[in-house]
Amino acid sequence: MEFDATVSRRDVLKGSGALVVAVVAPRALSQAPAGDGQQGPFWRELSPAQLDTYLAIDEQGLVTAYFGKMDMGQGVDLSIAQIVAEELHMALDDVAVVMGDTALTVNQGGASGSTGLEQGAKPLRNAAAEARRVLSELGARHLGLLMSQVGSQGGAVYALDDPTQRVSYGELLGGQHFDVKLEWNGRFGNTLDARGRETPKPSSIYETVGKPFQRRDLPGIVMGTRDYIVDVRLPGMLHGRVVRPPVAGSVPANFDSDSIAHIPGARVVHEGDYLGVVAEREWDAIKAARELDVTWTDVDAPFPEMASLYDHIREAPVVRESAGGGRAADVAPDLESFDAALARANRVIEAEYEFPFQSHASMAPACAVCDFRGDHAILWTGSQKPHYAAQGVAQLLGLPVENVRGIWVPGPGSYGRNDAGDAAMDAALMSKAAGRPVRVQGMRDEGSGWDPKGPASIHHVRASFDAAGNVTAYCFRSKGFSAGDTESNESNPSHTYAGMLTGWPDASVQRFNNPGDRYEFPNKVQYWQTIAPLLGRASPLRTAHLRDPLGPQIHFASESFVDEMAHAVNTDPIEFRLRYLEEQRDADVLRAAAERYAWQPRVAATREIRSGDVATGRGVAYTRRNNSVVAVIAEVDVNLRTGRVWPRRFVVAADQGIVVNPLWLRRTLEGNVIHGMSRTLHEEVRFSRERVTSIDWLSYPILEMADAPEEIDIVLVNRPELPPYGAGEPSTRTITPAIANAIFDATGVRLRRAPFTAERMLEALEAAAT
Amino acid sequence: MALITLSVDGESHTFDAEPDMPLLYALRDHLALKNPRFGCGLAQCGACTVLMDGQPIRSCVMPVAAVTGELTTLGGLAVNGTPHVVQQAFIDEQVPFCGYCVSGWVLYAVALLERDPAPSDEAIRAAFAGLKCRCGAHSAILRAVNRAAGELQRA
Ligand code: FES
Ligand code: FES
Repeated sequence: MEFDATVSRRDVLKGSGALVVAVVAPRALSQAPAGDGQQGPFWRELSPAQLDTYLAIDEQGLVTAYFGKMDMGQGVDLSIAQIVAEELHMALDDVAVVMGDTALTVNQGGASGSTGLEQGAKPLRNAAAEARRVLSELGARHLGLLMSQVGSQGGAVYALDDPTQRVSYGELLGGQHFDVKLEWNGRFGNTLDARGRETPKPSSIYETVGKPFQRRDLPGIVMGTRDYIVDVRLPGMLHGRVVRPPVAGSVPANFDSDSIAHIPGARVVHEGDYLGVVAEREWDAIKAARELDVTWTDVDAPFPEMASLYDHIREAPVVRESAGGGRAADVAPDLESFDAALARANRVIEAEYEFPFQSHASMAPACAVCDFRGDHAILWTGSQKPHYAAQGVAQLLGLPVENVRGIWVPGPGSYGRNDAGDAAMDAALMSKAAGRPVRVQGMRDEGSGWDPKGPASIHHVRASFDAAGNVTAYCFRSKGFSAGDTESNESNPSHTYAGMLTGWPDASVQRFNNPGDRYEFPNKVQYWQTIAPLLGRASPLRTAHLRDPLGPQIHFASESFVDEMAHAVNTDPIEFRLRYLEEQRDADVLRAAAERYAWQPRVAATREIRSGDVATGRGVAYTRRNNSVVAVIAEVDVNLRTGRVWPRRFVVAADQGIVVNPLWLRRTLEGNVIHGMSRTLHEEVRFSRERVTSIDWLSYPILEMADAPEEIDIVLVNRPELPPYGAGEPSTRTITPAIANAIFDATGVRLRRAPFTAERMLEALEAAAT
Repeated sequence: MALITLSVDGESHTFDAEPDMPLLYALRDHLALKNPRFGCGLAQCGACTVLMDGQPIRSCVMPVAAVTGELTTLGGLAVNGTPHVVQQAFIDEQVPFCGYCVSGWVLYAVALLERDPAPSDEAIRAAFAGLKCRCGAHSAILRAVNRAAGELQRA
């Protein structure tokens, strides 16, 4: 993949044969674009209040939609194309989507919080509706008719009483600006919205939205023609590698450049406490990083024994406590009414659950390329938030934000703030130091040994009942490492490995969350407490967002405990849940799952033996995340002799609002189930007192084909009257508790510490037998 | 340094390299190919898979001087632009998410169906031991392999 760094959006339009001139006030290409924004070296600030920012039509009438969020392989961009095609009454094939280039798209927040459609589609849908209005107006004028006398279909405007009279969008506007103002809500990021005068179509007349189109980038992937971030090659590009310390927290005291003098072109990059190497050839950079002779400072081992992690969390001083959202002001938990109700209770149960650090462990360690040119820079990154990555790089390099262009190129998967955000800074720092473009890629040990981690936590839950078995009080308390020790985007170098080692001040944030359920328990309290990181700076156990941030931990506890509550009062776990769920969407999803599974009510563990040593059980869990509602029933085999836990079948019922693309909604949910299974059964970051010891796929095992379930049966609860809600993550949180509850049904044993490895299952079975 | 000759996707290449350098770096860095990709460098994931005389190998641990056969990468599977039946099945079943892992799954499936055109579910799972897909495309991969096997039987 060779790049011409000077490509601008206007060049893109020119390149596609479109001459960009204004409709209303003609404007030559050489003139500065109308309106706002500073002129950087190769791009203009795109105005969120301008229709042209979101849509362009070339002379053939083909539409390009400019999307400021990202697709991470779940077909979000495809759904955006469907939505735009729908509003414009066009064929899907005639709509292309551009995303991930800061010179071409506004900052809609990148991939973030499963908001790709829920938030990200809004301005695109509105812009396309407004474009339809503008085109209809132009078309009516062209045909000598009134607006009320024309319709649009197939990318053309036609006379209602004589459809042979028509004019295509390409003829009307091809290669020209719309130059139409939109009303912008003044925000960037996830909540950016803009609208024109025209209202989008009602879903009742949708033709393209709701259909199972295939992903258009997929043939290129399978045929091996698509470029990935690792394929970016620039003239004069060097290969870089970060040199990491043997003990977390130690920094270079001394190094001997001569130790790599025998490697052709190898050089050391050293700034502050940051150490790296560059070389002309990748293999040489790898060798140089291994062979560089470094003396590291002596530091105390920063971590507790892994075996005492949960005791550490239990005993650590609370840094922040709140009953509210992590990003909101503190809310004090109302424990008084809870305590009072508890004191009157007929019966009280309580339990504590534990969840480990987990790694993004992307398919490959992160890669980035940066070309620093003194007054400007270009960054190629696999970060799911390229706009923010470019901002961070600008700060690190001391450049104005508009002088750094970020270009996303697909990476090895991304499920949150993984190591891609760090690699972007590594490449920038090394390019500046070397005066050449630099490509940085980590080695496997860095992919799980140094990425920011999903936080470890404990969850303590109590509930009380009256004599009739009704819930009278409920208290859910989480305590764990912050989800914002490293922030969810890398716009501030303080939140990156390179930034931390080159003197950027600490900017970590204390943040956690509460369960997202809607149970109407009386005297219900939910609150959380965060504790200090184990190592404040450049830690391999930094904590951050990992797919469905905090969701798996919290709902493992909350949905396991609801099962325990049901069991305590001899009630079927689905019936118990329904008793306390008042919202229709929650109840509908649970019922949909139960019906598809043909759920048989039970009030105790069934302990059914499938065959020989294998017991089988079924467990249910229901969760919400923002507006998405999911219920999962897992059917799980437990080998009583070996301890192997195998979820063989899942029913997933999901209400994600209106279904835009059922095919890729299903695929997305399926991926979440398997990712969730892997984290439930296998994943736990191991560490010694000195370092993270999960450094490859043996020491950080994930799910393999042998464990893939036999069936994932998905029920889509379509809500055409609602907007599309996020699906990229929410079902992930439902998987761990569904499996835990199925294990209980199979064995009568509660696992309250994840992951459910064979050893842990066996231990629990043995403990229960004695 | 040694003079190395490789035959890749039907083309012959000769270049200077250290004999113990893994094949992956020769393919990517010296020949500027993009398909075998680095995932682990430890023979634990399959992202770097290529076929050598039809057998899948992990190019990340194979010294370049030890290569003795014809190499086929994912990009060299198609014949005159027509996708291999396994590739077509992966497209039809919409298998990949990020797709970074795809060389391993497709090339191991090609080799499996070559020796066992009607594999059992067990045989398919066993053939894929040691391959990783972090995005969780496993169920779709199983569907795709069954579809490809079905196509082969019809053909
Ligand atoms: S890169 Fe070769 S097996 Fe992982
Ligand atoms: S599709 Fe992303 S790793 Fe397999």
